[in-house]
Amino acid sequence: MPRRKRLRKVVAPPGFKGYKPYGNPQQKKQFIELLYEEYEAIKLADYDLLNHLEASRLMGVSRPTFARIYESARRKLAKALVETREIRSVFGNARLEGTWHICGQCNTRFTMPVRIKDQACPLCRSVQIEIIKI
Amino acid sequence: MKTVITSKGKNQNDEFDLRFGRAAWFCVVDDVSGKPIFVENNQADATGGAGVKAAEKMVELGVQKVISGDFGPKAKELLEKFNIQMVIISEHNQSIKQIISRLTT
Repeated sequence: MPRRKRLRKVVAPPGFKGYKPYGNPQQKKQFIELLYEEYEAIKLADYDLLNHLEASRLMGVSRPTFARIYESARRKLAKALVETREIRSVFGNARLEGTWHICGQCNTRFTMPVRIKDQACPLCRSVQIEIIKI
Repeated sequence: MKTVITSKGKNQNDEFDLRFGRAAWFCVVDDVSGKPIFVENNQADATGGAGVKAAEKMVELGVQKVISGDFGPKAKELLEKFNIQMVIISEHNQSIKQIISRLTT
């Protein structure tokens, strides 16, 4: 079993649902899914002009992982531009600020501040936790 | 790490309070010493802003986890800002002792 993906912290979700190319003959092509964390990576590195180490700390992942997310984001954007594809934003492996979790065993609801390393229920230590939207 | 459990009284056998800002007592449990200390909430009967005052108290006490039944929007915002974990238990009729034992096992 592969190691599970740590949730990447995203401060604010993208303010769009997607982007569509125009001026090209309408073709039904597959869209490209830009994950929330990829949007966040582009925003931190190229809009807020942070270096990768600072950006990775903000997202709660290691610097190499940040670099991988950023690279994937750049490639997706390039692919969308070159192949005139639609871009859609999808949730991905993100953890939004103020996200609530629920434990599958004891039904406890809780938040997860970034400093918490182990992603488990604070009461029963179960790892069967899910994200809920309030 | 310090954890706060909202309580209706100052005894371990007292019931857990589902309210945060208007809980009568706060039970502070320290991981290191393991002994619960009870702190009175003098803002419990305030006319307004009890949640904010209680959240400020949590920051003052250096707490990292708060267990309660619910949190108001202002208290939520403040606790989030100070990176304090909020835990919501919706079952009532639980004693402080029961919750502490759930925490430590």
